[in-house]
Parts: sequence; C-alpha cells; structure tokens
Amino acid sequence: MATARLARTGRFVWSGWAGLAGLSVFAAVWQAGHEAYGSFILPAPAETFASVVALLAEPESWRIVWATAGRALLGFGIAAGIGTMAGTLAGYHPAIMRLARPQITLMLGVPPIAWIVLLMIWFGNGVGTVSATAAVACLPIVFIAAAEGIATRDRGLDDMARAAGLGPIRRLLRIGMRQMLHTLFPALVMALGTAFKASIMAELLANAGGVGEELAVARANLDVSLALAWILLSVTALITVEYGLLQPLRAEIETWREAARPWGVRR
Amino acid sequence: MTLLQLDKVGHAFLGRTVLERIDLGISAGELVALVGPSGSGKSTLAHIAAGLVEPRMGRVNRRYRRHAVIFQEPRLLPWKRTADNIGLGLAGQRVGGDARRRKLHAVASRVALEYGDLEKFPAQLSGGMRQRAAIARALIAEPDFIFFDEPFSALDVALKRRMQDIVVDTVAHSGLSGLFITHDLSEAVRIAHRILVLDRNGRGIAGSRIVPSRPGERDDRFVFETSVEFLAGDRLFAHVNDCDERSLP
Repeated sequence: MATARLARTGRFVWSGWAGLAGLSVFAAVWQAGHEAYGSFILPAPAETFASVVALLAEPESWRIVWATAGRALLGFGIAAGIGTMAGTLAGYHPAIMRLARPQITLMLGVPPIAWIVLLMIWFGNGVGTVSATAAVACLPIVFIAAAEGIATRDRGLDDMARAAGLGPIRRLLRIGMRQMLHTLFPALVMALGTAFKASIMAELLANAGGVGEELAVARANLDVSLALAWILLSVTALITVEYGLLQPLRAEIETWREAARPWGVRR
Repeated sequence: MTLLQLDKVGHAFLGRTVLERIDLGISAGELVALVGPSGSGKSTLAHIAAGLVEPRMGRVNRRYRRHAVIFQEPRLLPWKRTADNIGLGLAGQRVGGDARRRKLHAVASRVALEYGDLEKFPAQLSGGMRQRAAIARALIAEPDFIFFDEPFSALDVALKRRMQDIVVDTVAHSGLSGLFITHDLSEAVRIAHRILVLDRNGRGIAGSRIVPSRPGERDDRFVFETSVEFLAGDRLFAHVNDCDERSLP
C-alpha cells in the first residue's frame, strides 16, 4: 500500500508538467496582449514576475498574504463545518431540505456586495467582516453538495450495514458521510476558491488590510504591475492550499476510484 | 425448537397492502425456501423477518442468537478492500487483531476466495467473487440464522450452482437455519428442506411442501424431476412462474 501511495504521489507531481504547460500557454497569450496594448495597460508576464519576486523579498508582503489566506480559510472552515452538518441533516430529512431550499436561494440571491455592507455594519472593518463574507459566499455551495450527497446515497448499503449490526452513528460516519464525499469534494474545492475571492473583495471594499487593501492602493496609484503581482500571489496561495491540502486528501480517500478505473486510462 | 416465528404479519406501502396474515415458523437446522411469483412480496417479507422493515401488523419472534442477511446484490462498500468488506460482518462484535484475521482467512477459504482477492477493491472483482465476498461477510459473524434474499438471481448457471453448493455446505450441513427467498423453483428444490409458497397476492402462505431426501444428496435428475412434478402436478405451484407484476388495486 505504501508503494501504491508513493506511485500516486509520483504521478501527481509528474502531472505538474502538464499544469506548467497550461500556464505557459496562458503566459504566451498574456505576452501577446502586452505586445498589443503596451506596458501601461498590461505589463509583460516577466515584468509582473519581477514585481512578485520583489514583493516576496519583503517580509511584510508575506504577512499580508498570510493574513488574507488566514481569513479566507477561517471563513471556508466555518462554511465547510456548518454546511456539511446542515447538509447532512437536510439530506436525511426531506422536510428540513424543503425548509432549507428557500434560504439557500435567498443566500445565493443576495449579491456579495450587499453582504459586505451589512457585515461591515455588524462586525466593523476587520477579520470578522472578511471571514463572514467568505463564509456566507461558501455556505450554499457546501450545503447543497452535502445534502445532495446524502440524498443520493445508496440506501441498500444502509440496510446492509444495519443487518451487519452497525449502529446509527457508525452508519452515518462510515456509510452515509463516506458516500457524501463524492459530491462534497468538488464543492469544497469550489468553495475554497470562492472564499479567497470573497475575502479579497471584502478587504478591498472594507479597507480591512490584506491583499485586498494592497490592490486598492495599487489601483489608486495606477500601478497595474503591482496589482497583477498581488493577484498572482493570491492565486498562488489558493493553488497551494488546493493542491497541497485538498487534492492529496481526496486522493487518499478515493483510492478505490483509481483502482476501479479500467486499464489504459490511468493517467 | 422454532428459531423464527412470524405471527399474522402484514405490511402496506403507501396504503397498498402487500402482505397480509403471514404465519410461518422455521425450526433449528432447517433451511426453508420461500417461493412465489414476481411481485408477491417475498423480499418485503424477508426484510420484515430480518428486522430491516417494521411490519404494520403482527409480530416477529426471533429466538436465534445472531442473524445475517445476504442480499440480491452483493452490497459491498466500493471504497473498502474486500478484506475490510468481509470484516464488516463483525461490526456487531468485539473481535480484534489476530482473531479477526484468522476468522477472515477461514471464511474466505470456505467461499473459495483467494488471499490475493482480499486486498482488491470490489470493482476489481468479478460478479461471482463479489457475491462470494458478500456470503463471506455474512458467515464471518458466525450467525445461527441466515436470510437469503434472491442472492444468486443475477449469476450465470455454473456460478449459481457453485454458490448453491456453498449454501448447502455452510448452512444445511452445519446445522444452521435459514430463509431462502427465490423465484426459481429448481433452486429451492436443490437446497431447501422445505418449500413455502407465498400467495400470489401476498395474502398468507398458500402452502408448504417438504422436499424428499436431504440437501446435498440431490442430483440434477432429482432436482429436475421434482421441480417438473411440483409445477405440473401440484396446484400449489400453479402461479409460481407467473411473471406479471401485481396490478395496482
């Protein structure tokens, strides 16, 4: 099993080349845009990269990125926790699902900017507003995925587990929630991205520090290269969390899917 | 001694009665086959007897120590390796480490699963091996009563025979008791001590026939001739092969 894990990790790292190739295409299009519109509108990728390196040389920038990532992760964590629990409950009880649906539509329907205004009034300009905005933006996604995952579970497995002597708690943890992961994981990946985006937007609008405020400063100075550098940094932070934490976790839990794939389509 | 006793059991789904006034008893060491046409409520009856469905009426008395259920589909957890799937049968008991491994290997060899198969995921097993793993999961708990809910209806003829032999070997020869649901009369004749026929509308047990000789001692000729005799000469079996789903009232 250890060798299988090593092989999987090896493949995962090796697939980084494909990711790099994709990013190179993106950089090429970016370069073309730069050559067409000039440095003021769109600085060259190399130029932006140089700004990123310059930013990373300052410990202050690291602190800023960490602050934003921390707030986004806090909001994401809250949404993931509440959303999963509420979603599980709604998945098992159709009546709760029916009651919850309109709230979800409501939450999705209120524009994030309105949330920020409300949350600024409630929490002031700080961590609270930013994390709460991220949480509010993520919650419906996680909730729906969790509820869907439980509602579409294989009920036959439930009966089987009951006949085998598993109690309700063990059935929930080992059978119900295990099947839920199938729909929950893609939603968590999406929610994580949403959390980062919502946090930066909230920081920008609430002047709450972090990457958002740096972006506001860059805008005020019309420093496009700096703005792009901050964007690049926040995207890198997101990718680090997704590929460093979520995807390996998923690979570990979904080993059997790898095994279930027919020969010849492994990679 | 009667291990399983159903008294006037009845059930309805959404107001539609599927079972009514079902009385049956199964003694220790007896493997009873329950046959009936498709849609007559056989599976529901088995689920009620096994405690998976709460009956609307009547009482179920279980006097055995522990039961196991083998379903029509293997119902293995796709994310667990075969060994862990079989081990799930021990969920209700405290069995740890070495004892667990010993039981696992013993039961795997009983259903002819190889050591290498135990490390595989269900998706990597063939249909027959999956059903064998499901049987192993039921046997590992050492139940004294086993419910079979049409477990072999999706298997091909050769595999079905092999599985039936396993059932005869592990249940009928080991003194266990069981209720075997099937729509295949020759299967019932091959493995059971006694055959019950469910009324085509689920209104009670229509009747019961004891199959001559003992399971495991019956050859193909006997099975064939007895099934033909039952179907042609016995009015009790007149509707067993009806294949219309019951029409809604």
